[in-house]
This record gives sequence, structure tokens and C-alpha cells, in this order.
Amino acid sequence: MEAAVNTVRHEHGEGHTHSESFIRRYIFSTDHKMIAKQFMITAIIFLFIGGAFALFIRWQLAYPGEPIPVIGTMLPSTWVNADGAVTAEWYTQLLTMHGTIMIFAVIIPLLVGTFGNFAIPLMIGADDMAFPVLNMVSFWLFPLASIIMMAGFFVEGGMAAAGWTGYAPLSVIASLGQTLWIVALFLIGFSSILGAVNYITTVLNMRAPGMKMFDLPMTVWSVFITAIIIIIGTPVLAAALSMLFMDNFLQTSFFMPENLTVTGRDMSRTAGGGQPLLWQHLFWFYSHPAVYIMILPGMGVVSDVLATFSRKPLYGYMAMVFAIIAIAFLGILVWGHHMFQSGMNPLLGTTFMVSTMVIAVPSAIKTFNWLGTMWRGQMEFTTPMLNAVAFVSMFVIGGLSGIFMASTPVDVFIHDTYFIVGHIHYVLFGGSLFAVFAGLYYWFPKMSGRMYNERLGKWHFWMTFITFNGTFFPMHILGVGGMMRRIYDPTVYDFLKPFQPMNEFITINAMILGFVQFILVFNFAYSWFYGKKAKRNPWRANSLEWQAPSPPPHGNFDKEVRVYRGPYEFSSPESVQDYLPQNVSPEELAAQWTRHEQRRAQQKSEP
Amino acid sequence: MSTATTTTSRFNTGIYHGKLGMWVFLASEIMFFAGFFGAFIVLRDLNIEVFTASAHQLDKVVATINTAVLIGSSLTMALSHLALERGNEAKFRLFLTITIVCAFAFLGIKSYEYASKFSQDIYPWTNTFFATYFTMTGFHALHVIGGIIPMVWMLGKSLVKGYPQSMHHRVEALGLYWHFVDLVWIFLFPTLYLIF
Repeated sequence: MEAAVNTVRHEHGEGHTHSESFIRRYIFSTDHKMIAKQFMITAIIFLFIGGAFALFIRWQLAYPGEPIPVIGTMLPSTWVNADGAVTAEWYTQLLTMHGTIMIFAVIIPLLVGTFGNFAIPLMIGADDMAFPVLNMVSFWLFPLASIIMMAGFFVEGGMAAAGWTGYAPLSVIASLGQTLWIVALFLIGFSSILGAVNYITTVLNMRAPGMKMFDLPMTVWSVFITAIIIIIGTPVLAAALSMLFMDNFLQTSFFMPENLTVTGRDMSRTAGGGQPLLWQHLFWFYSHPAVYIMILPGMGVVSDVLATFSRKPLYGYMAMVFAIIAIAFLGILVWGHHMFQSGMNPLLGTTFMVSTMVIAVPSAIKTFNWLGTMWRGQMEFTTPMLNAVAFVSMFVIGGLSGIFMASTPVDVFIHDTYFIVGHIHYVLFGGSLFAVFAGLYYWFPKMSGRMYNERLGKWHFWMTFITFNGTFFPMHILGVGGMMRRIYDPTVYDFLKPFQPMNEFITINAMILGFVQFILVFNFAYSWFYGKKAKRNPWRANSLEWQAPSPPPHGNFDKEVRVYRGPYEFSSPESVQDYLPQNVSPEELAAQWTRHEQRRAQQKSEP
Repeated sequence: MSTATTTTSRFNTGIYHGKLGMWVFLASEIMFFAGFFGAFIVLRDLNIEVFTASAHQLDKVVATINTAVLIGSSLTMALSHLALERGNEAKFRLFLTITIVCAFAFLGIKSYEYASKFSQDIYPWTNTFFATYFTMTGFHALHVIGGIIPMVWMLGKSLVKGYPQSMHHRVEALGLYWHFVDLVWIFLFPTLYLIF
């Protein structure tokens, strides 16, 4: 075995210093760090596109029928009417594409694509992923899919408009834009699966010598568990999308009931006999676990950030690992809670209600352990730490409002209202996106080799935090007041008219929220080239990525890495400083103590 | 390990990356086909008469021959890996060639089945049974094609400059995939042709 093992060396086995062409280095790169940056830049571009869509939606809700300021009249006539106001058709496309882009092209690529790729090999002491070429393919499928999805802009009938959930039969009878949406999601799913295969193999097979599974930082654990969810869930979405494609493109009847008539569409070839609820089951079998795909890596990143900046060991490391596993396991079983009002046996509804509420237990374990980590710590409120604390608090609000929806009787009243819009944004923006910000600021020195501007970082955080709450908190009130989730013009209903000032308040907040994100882009773009040079370990953290040079070269580590302990040895009485990196050997530690004692003795002897 | 710095040559589990990754990938493939089987169960329950009548229109004899061809190719795939592992490249080429021929034979028989259905005016949109039939067997056929491509590549490499014995684990990983494709068919065959 030994002889055979050594023959399958990576091409870059020795001597990482050879020069590469521009294309190999920046475009078709197989280096995990470059792929992480590619994911990051692509996803941030989509963050702004998806954000712009949200602002168009908000404009229409606050000022129905009024022209979009500045750019209204410049937009094509299929999107806006003669005055420059959003048309109802475009509004439906906007809300569909806002959801799809933010989930599949922003949050998942940022959390799983960027942090998974960047952090895993560095944190486990490997020189790259197990399958670098597969990793490159996994990235390039993503822009390809995005282009296919955005091509819907230019086809007849516009983009997909059946909601991000693409419920049949609406999505079956829709135009070409919907077909492109199906193909694009299929490709993104394939990219996810290839990435997940890579992550799982890398974590299982390529840990540094001495590193046990329970020496892994939480970021690696969470992405590893996320990858397992992707392996279980995403293929089912791919199967469902294949069937939806058949229905949409070849007029089969997987999801089409009998005798359905649609105005202006020839249904003669549609035989019927299908089941629209089947789509919902298959879709949510993936898309509920996808909620955990979008939050678990955030939890991992935040755990690492909180421990580092509280200068304390992560409270209850084993409990945190098992809580993630429990959330993942339960998360796969509870998809039916999205369908309480779709026509479900009440008994089945109760089952899904109870299993959903059980998830509160591991989530609470995590929340209390985060509080325990911060409790009486030497907290340093850097930008990543502020974002991490915001994650914890916003995730609690999002989690608690989730319990309202999980209770079937309450859900009868609040489903499909702005309450659920508020809830999902507290989890996906307040949760995932704040975790993304925390991670981006935290690893920026390692990625770029330079420090970001702390003052701008804090401005970005506080502006985002305040306007985020100003935007999404009132939505809970709107929802309880009865405002429908996908409504085009709330002023047509008398009972919603009193809410109009609140809608305007939300829109103003949302606009500020959108524009302050340029601070982040400016900060990163400027600091990437002109920031202060970063040291190897600017945060005095323990995990292995901080033992590599900043930025790490192709092949990552400039010295042999061996692991002796877990990643959270902060303020340990064993160590000389208040941190003890994973790769410091007992001999080296003893030498550090000897030097320390000598220094102390010297200081004493010199009056 | 002699070279601790190059982690690509390190295997914590003692299993090659390719083999481990293939197992993980096959797990996702199982879930992919599970989606179709799930849909099949639901739709069959809703349209039991249509399903029964339509399933009897399928050609059981041809499908049985096809099953034998595919299972045979699984055997030769395993034998070709064994031959390479033992350093017998001539035998490796022989068994790999037989596997490729069987794979093409399978696709040929499948196309014949498809063509005969089309000639009877039976298409995917005819009813929900044929929708599931064409989708499931179609995706299975795509997986067969996905197996043929690396096989032909390996055979070509072996003919041009020889396939190194030390890379037998790649053949093994491909073998795992090929057995999976075979296994999917072993589930599809009774589900679509026999249970009604």
C-alpha cells in the first residue's frame, strides 16, 4: 500500500513556486483559495443584483404605481409602464428572482463555496482539496448557471415568475424564462454536489498528522455536516427539477392534475393524472434542509469568531458538534411544515409540528453555548466580533418567530403573510448574512494579506444592523395585520391602507441598507491593495490557517504541520501567551516557558 | 508516510481519495434515483389502472436480455480491475473491451425498445406511467453513457502508452460507479416491467 500511495501524488507535490499563466492562476485555477475568492466575488455581484430587485419590490410596495426614481424611465417597456412604475408582471418576476438569486447565488456560494473552500484545507493543515480539478468545475458551473438564469431577462415572457418555490402547476405552464430557471437550478445543484463530495473527502482523508475529527474547528465541522446534507438533499431537488423540466418542456404530467384548463395555452397533449403536491414534497425535501445548508456554516464561523474574540475556549465543544449533527438530522425530517396549508392530513401536520419544534432544543444548546463562550470573556469588539454577536441575537429572533409558524393553528393565520417574510429575513439576513460578514472580515487578512479598515468596518456594521432591523422587524407587524406575502399593491385593500406609512418606513430603511453595502465593497477593494500588511496571526487565534503565511502561497504551509490539541485553547494556564496554537509541540511549549522564565529572571535582576 | 508535507499523499481513512469520493458521490446518486422512485410510488398509487395497463405494453423479454447484458458487463468490469491489479494488462484490455461492448449493446437494445414504443405512438406525455418510464430509464441510459466515456479513455490510454498498474485504483473507482449503474437497473427492471 505504501508504495502505491506515494505514486498518486498531486502534480504540485514538490516546489510550489513555479510560475503559472494568468489564465491558470486567476481564471481556471485549481487552487482552493483562488476558487474561494472567485465564489466570493461572483456571489457579491449577485448580492447587489438581488438587492436591487428587492429595492424595486420595496419601492412598489411603499409607493404603488409611482415611477421608480432616477432610472424608472430608462428601463425597458416590458418591465415598467409608460410612467416608469413597476408592472405587475415584472413585480412577480422580481420577487421570484430575488428569492432564487439570494438563496442559490448569494448565501449558499458565500457560506459553502467561499468559506468551505477557503477554510477547510487551511484549517485541517492540507495543501489543497482532495480533487482540485473537480473543485474548479464546481465553481465554473455556478457562473454558467447564473448566466442561463439571467438570460430569462431577454426572452419572451421574461424571467421565471412562479416564486422561488416554483410551485406546480404554475411553473409547468410558464414561459421559457421558467425553463431556463429549471436548467440553471439543476446546474447549481450539480455544482453543490461536486463541492460536497470534495469537502467530505478532504475532511475525512487529509487532516494534518495528529488531528482527530474532534480537533476540528467548528467551521470545518459545520461545513462537513452541511456537505452531508447537500449529498442527501440536493439530488432529490435535481430529480424533482428533471420531472418539472419534462412537464414544462415535453408536456408530461408528473405534477399536472386531470382536466386542467389554462387560458391561452394548448393543453391537449397534457394527459393529467399527476399530483401538484408531489412537487411541493420533493421541493421541500431539499429546500428545508437547504435552510440548514444556509445557517449551519454560519454557526460554525460564528463559533470560531466568538471564541477567538472572547479569548475563551468555546463553551461545550462536543455539545456544539452534536447539536449541529442533531439539527442536520432533524432538519431532513421536517420538510412538511412548509405545507401545513397546502392540504395535509392534520395528523401528519401534528407530526411535522412536533418534529419541527424539537429543533429548538439543539438550537438552544448552540445559543446558550455561545453566550457561555462570551460570558466573562475578555471581549474584543472588532468588526467580525460585532457581526458574530449580531448573528447570535438576530438568529434568536428569527428562531423564535419560526416557532409561531411551526404551530399549525397559528400558521393558519400567519402563513403567506409578511410575518413569514420577516421571519425568513431574520434567519437568512440576520443569521446567514451577518455570519458571512463576520467570516469575510475575520479571514480578510488571511485571504488578502492585508488588514481591512476597522473604522469603515464598524460603520458598515452599525448602519447595516440598524437599518436591517428597521427593514425587517416591522414586517412581523404587517404580517399579523394581514398583509399578503406576494401582494403587488397593498393600497387596493382598505384594511391595509393604515399600514402604508409603515411600508414607507420599511422602504426607506431598505434603501439605506442597500446603499451601505457599498461601504463593504469599498473597504475590501481598497484594503486589498492599500491596506496595512497583515501578520501571520493578527487575531492571535489557534487554528491552523493562522500558522500559514498571509496570504498563503499555492500549497499553503511553509513548514510541516502537526497537531497536538484542539483549536480553542485560549487563556490556558499551560500557555505562555493567552493562546496556544494547535501545532505548538510540547517541546516547543516547554522551550517557550524556559525563555519566559529567563526573561522574568532577567527583568528581576535588572532593577 | 514518508512525505508528511504533501497532504495529497495522505489518507487518514486508509482509502484513496478517488474511492472515498466515489462512495460519497454514489450516496448522492442513490438520493437522485430515490426522488424518481418516490414519485413513481405516489403516481402509481394515484393511477393504478393506467400503470398496470401501460406496464403490460412493455417488452419483458427484451428487457430481460438487457438485464443479463448489463450484469455481465459488471462481472467483466470487476475482472478487468482484478487483471490490472495483478499486472496483466492484456487481460485488463480484453475485459474492459467486453465491458464497453456490453455497455453499447445495452444502449442499442434500449434504443430499440424506445423506437418500438415511438412506433406505437407511445411517448413520455402519453400518460404518467410512460412519463416515469422514459424519465427513469433515460437518466439511467445517461449514466451508462457517463460510464462508457472514461472506459474508452482508459482503453485508449492502455493501447497507446500502457495503463500503469499503480493506477488500478482509478479503474476500481470506475468499477464502483459501474456496479452502481448496474444496481439501479436491477431496481428499475422489476419496478417498471415485473411488478404489475
